[in-house]
Amino acid sequence: MLEGLVTEDIKPEGIYVILESAGMEIRKVSLELLSKCREIADLSGEVLTAVIAGKETERFAQKAAAYGADRVILLEDDRLALYTTGAYTSVLNRLIRKENPKAVILGNTAVGKDLAPRLAQRLGTGMASDCTGMEWDERYFIKFSRPVYGGKAFLEAVSDAYPIMATIRPNTFALGVEDDNRSAEVIRESTEIDGEDLRAIVKDIAMTVSQRPELIEADIIISGGRGMKGPENYQILEACADVIGAAVGASRAAVDAGWIEQKFQVGQTGKTVSPTLYIACGISGAIQHLAGMGSSKVIVAINKDPDANIFNLADYGIVGDLFEIVPLLTEEFRKL
Amino acid sequence: MNIIVCLKQTFDTEAKIQINSSGGIDSTGVNLVINPYDEFAVEEALKLKEAFGGTVTLVCMGREKAQEALRTALAMGCDQAVLICDPALVNADEWVVAEVLAKAVGQLPFDLILTGRIAVDDGSGQVAVRLAEALHIPSVSSILKLEAEDGKATVTREIDGGTELIEVSLPAVFTAQKGLNIPRYPTMLGIMKAKKKELKVLTLTDLDMAVETAVPKMKCLSCSLPKPRTGGKKLDYQPSEAAKELARLLREEAKVI
Ligand SMILES: Cc1cc2nc3c(=O)[nH]c(=O)nc-3n(C[C@H](O)[C@H](O)[C@H](O)COP(=O)(O)OP(=O)(O)OC[C@H]3O[C@@H](n4cnc5c(N)ncnc54)[C@H](O)[C@@H]3O)c2cc1C
Repeated sequence: MLEGLVTEDIKPEGIYVILESAGMEIRKVSLELLSKCREIADLSGEVLTAVIAGKETERFAQKAAAYGADRVILLEDDRLALYTTGAYTSVLNRLIRKENPKAVILGNTAVGKDLAPRLAQRLGTGMASDCTGMEWDERYFIKFSRPVYGGKAFLEAVSDAYPIMATIRPNTFALGVEDDNRSAEVIRESTEIDGEDLRAIVKDIAMTVSQRPELIEADIIISGGRGMKGPENYQILEACADVIGAAVGASRAAVDAGWIEQKFQVGQTGKTVSPTLYIACGISGAIQHLAGMGSSKVIVAINKDPDANIFNLADYGIVGDLFEIVPLLTEEFRKL
Repeated sequence: MNIIVCLKQTFDTEAKIQINSSGGIDSTGVNLVINPYDEFAVEEALKLKEAFGGTVTLVCMGREKAQEALRTALAMGCDQAVLICDPALVNADEWVVAEVLAKAVGQLPFDLILTGRIAVDDGSGQVAVRLAEALHIPSVSSILKLEAEDGKATVTREIDGGTELIEVSLPAVFTAQKGLNIPRYPTMLGIMKAKKKELKVLTLTDLDMAVETAVPKMKCLSCSLPKPRTGGKKLDYQPSEAAKELARLLREEAKVI
């Protein structure tokens, strides 16, 4: 028997992925998690269930099936149309207590970071945050790997309690192949919400209208630091970003100078990103910046100081003036 | 308004991380600071106190040394501090920390609780939200703006791709995001005054908690250092050549474009 099994009489079963949507689509990170958990489900012989809470959730069911879900549970309620910590915790807590899953996995997004710990505490279980690794393990079922000290060290974490819970950093796992021939059992569950859980109301949402991908999920990020010299120059990066479908980011120096909004800051006191390509322009590569982008797969540095620390990390570096290099690079990307 | 700030002492963000002989993180010689996000929480609490009166109480779970961080926050203007320090808490996970903090906070009068959105050491960002759950009160994460009044608060919080305006009943827990304010520095006078402020050090027994109730749910099997990144190719050509070569390499060699 597995160590620390809390429910003696009913054996926990199955892997649950809590999906998140953005507008009409399931978020990319949720599909990444379904793809990875499909692998773990196949290795362990567990059933993979996708859970979707919200309004008009049915439209997401087929996509979840196509990325590997065996079952899709829909939690449909007007009060779930917008995410609130209380209402979501209420319905998911009920569902999980009833279904008794072995593992519950979420994306490390704004919602995941807020919901998962609340749910874990209500369920009386542990949780691994912001994982950059998750593997099936015979003894512990799932072993997680997660960065600490801004990526300067990694822990291997396991749970002694069920359900095993974790949030996973976007872009950690590759998307599986979408298979429209796959189908899943679709189940509608009732959604009771405790009155106590409705004490926070969303009055307004202001979304930034942008054609660019969301920073934490972006495959490519082009970031500018103090070397950008002023707010107007971010156009140079934006022009490049639009050619390669990138998101724009920044160092703290640029944010603190007031050139670009706080929400674009990458680093220890900003966003943690994990793109396949990170292009750092006029960024020196301070340890706190690295804490936010060190897990990028490929790093490019453009900096006029040949001794800048960023060159010690970059896979490709150009020593030069970004005002000259970036527009040339944009032209070259356009030709590809 | 009585405000509680949960604060943690962390390694300086510049700290070099090493693994010690027992396989854990080595803390010898490391400079310790207040978790940077918790400074935003302290600042916000002091601003609320300035506006409404009341007290700001610091609550921390940590080692003996964490008293230094508490003294610094007292010097910024907080009124009193509680440190929960017990050898049984060495391997505490987020579940345990939340239970312990909830016990300590439960003994104090409060209207709201502020803390940082994440601690830069373990990077887990769970404790504040768990604490709210343990206290059965609401929480709002990653706030950029806070307006509190009697029994109610209106907050702006960061979400992916935008912001959200939330109205919530008090008491509640809020986690501070950078942008909320600019933390003040302790003044010389503040430092002098802080020496006389009350700093209670409590054990689990003082909190009426049995050691067996502080058993973690998560366990760490091992710690490791990442493979260091080594500088790759420097493209030492004329700008136009370098740009051309970079575009080619990103497509053909790295296959990321
Ligand atoms: C507690 C704490 C938290 C922090 N959190 C963060 C964080 O989240 N994110 C973050 O980024 N930083 C953070 N920092 C700050 C960090 O230490 C650095 O100060 C910051 O990252 C520096 O930003 P930068 O690289 O843009 O600026 P600088 O270090 O000033 O570097 C600018 C670079 O631009 C280059 N340059 C200038 N002009 C040009 C040009 N025309 N063409 C090409 N290159 C040019 C220069 O050679 C230089 O290397 C934090 C610091 C602390 C203490």
